[in-house]
Amino acid sequence: METTTVNAQRVDNGVNVDALIGAREALTEAPAGAQFTWRATSDWINGTHTRANVKGFHGLGDEQSHRQTFSFDSDHPEIFAAEDAGATPVEYVLVGLAGCLTAGVASVAQNRDIQLNKVSATIEGAMDIQGILGIDGDVRNGFEDVTVRFDIDADATPEEIEALVAQSQKRSAVFDIITNPTQVTVQVEG
Amino acid sequence: MERTLSPFQQPSPRRPYPMRRQARTVDVIVIGAGHAGLAMSARLTARQVEHVVLEAGDIGQRWRQERWDSLRLLTPNWTMTLPGQPYSGVNPDGFMHKDALADYLAAYARGQRSPVKRDSRVHSVRAVNDRYLVTTTQGEWYCRGLVIATGAYANAVLPRVAEAVPAGVTQLTARDYRNTSDLPRGKVLVVGGSATGLQLAQELRASGREVVLSVGEHVRMPRTVAGRDIYWWLSEAGVLYEAASDVDDLVRARRLPSPQLVGQPGPDLNLGRLAAEGVEIVGRFAGISDGKAQFSGNLPHLCKSADLKLKRLLDRFAEAVPGVLRNDELNVEPTMFGRPRLAIKLGDEIKSVLWATGYAPDYSWLDVDVLDRKGRLRHDGGVVAAPGIYALGLPLMRSRASTFIAGTAADTEAIAEHLFGYLETCAQPLAAST
Repeated sequence: METTTVNAQRVDNGVNVDALIGAREALTEAPAGAQFTWRATSDWINGTHTRANVKGFHGLGDEQSHRQTFSFDSDHPEIFAAEDAGATPVEYVLVGLAGCLTAGVASVAQNRDIQLNKVSATIEGAMDIQGILGIDGDVRNGFEDVTVRFDIDADATPEEIEALVAQSQKRSAVFDIITNPTQVTVQVEG
Repeated sequence: MERTLSPFQQPSPRRPYPMRRQARTVDVIVIGAGHAGLAMSARLTARQVEHVVLEAGDIGQRWRQERWDSLRLLTPNWTMTLPGQPYSGVNPDGFMHKDALADYLAAYARGQRSPVKRDSRVHSVRAVNDRYLVTTTQGEWYCRGLVIATGAYANAVLPRVAEAVPAGVTQLTARDYRNTSDLPRGKVLVVGGSATGLQLAQELRASGREVVLSVGEHVRMPRTVAGRDIYWWLSEAGVLYEAASDVDDLVRARRLPSPQLVGQPGPDLNLGRLAAEGVEIVGRFAGISDGKAQFSGNLPHLCKSADLKLKRLLDRFAEAVPGVLRNDELNVEPTMFGRPRLAIKLGDEIKSVLWATGYAPDYSWLDVDVLDRKGRLRHDGGVVAAPGIYALGLPLMRSRASTFIAGTAADTEAIAEHLFGYLETCAQPLAAST
């Protein structure tokens, strides 16, 4: 009888790679289903404090929904003479990049049979606020530089870990959103 | 989204062709008298299959008339083996100039007595019952078997951002560029991180111009490793002839730009060297806003990826050919150049844009349902998704060598075998049925 050796510990990063690969194949055949719209709504509370909610989105040809409404308070710290009722909006951008790149690392590691033990990231966005304060028109409003430092413990060589992080950037939506220009339309209704 | 038609190089409109009284009939038609079409012709001649090779212009025309003056092949002469004609010149380690290659192909056609029909541009191919009707500038042909050997480099591909370049900025594609005098005075933006983009950026810089080079995903490759040419290593390590079926992500691999090489000995052509020579390197040309070209901020990531991939390639060489490479020869110097700018004013600073953003095949004449939704030929190893139709010379068609002259012998042999089998299934020779 033929026997098969199975790794005592199967690699499990909690990512369902089979489902992702299945979706990739299905959407290759039916690209219309790949058209998604992500959505957030927001309400001004007071001062620079705003609360945004995320619940529904569109994809796979239909309206979809998160299991619950997620709520996000944004404000500015006290040194900006604000109430500090939440993270600043630019910090949410860093949060988005952290979430996106780390999800990518986990997914790629699963697909490459690499067990992750720890994935920590420190993300910094350098900004000259002379831009947003209107002091110097030559200074841009946004980040001058964004740096991401990963601290990863995995059952893999340093080169394999570098390759994981590279592939994660390659497939990251937020990395693309930050590094490339995006058409943005803002209109007032009513 | 990309479109495949250069606004600077529209194909000639379909002209009415001189009508002949009657369509001619032949068992097999090969379209294109480049290295692949001529090699296929040699295979067909060897099996005494009646055929013609339809050539839009003259043999080697694309090399003579649609490439820049200084171009030499990226592959060394010893790889220039065609069926029935191994390389027999005096300089196996040299790199052929493009015009010498055109001469080489013309000599091959003469030596093989290939039935080439010159000035026979194909206007349409359509199925008529169990045959194909091929309409050309020189009349009509019926055939059973059809081999598309028109290559993967017919039309220059431009990114959509090209449409938004201001009118005062001169635009040219690498297909139309011949030499530095084709561009107006002033700073030039070369777009493209392949062999073409890097070679043209270097040539322009060497002529004394200010040059900005915009680079997206790219393939870094040294000309030599431990004193041997990269194609020796690719061949020895089994990379060059690796079968398409063994390649991990075939769709992606087929889209890869050509490696950063130049057909001459000497220091490697790469981004670090160009930066040292005074070329300003920026990221992918992603958009235009307020008259400024915007460049992607992902270049450090792409350079890092290219460095990692080169390191993996060297490790593969070391594994396949043990005992040759020292540890220090396996090191990849990280790609380094200053902090790339993210925006540059077009017109004020940039006077011209040279697009080296790749090529795409032209199938506008093919009226048979064999293209996928992105306009690519549907095929399995060159066996196209319609009976009796075959392709040659497409990227990673059967192996990594499929776009190289080095891959022609194996590919034409396999395709010819399939084609002979197909012709045998046809009820009777075509000539007898008409």
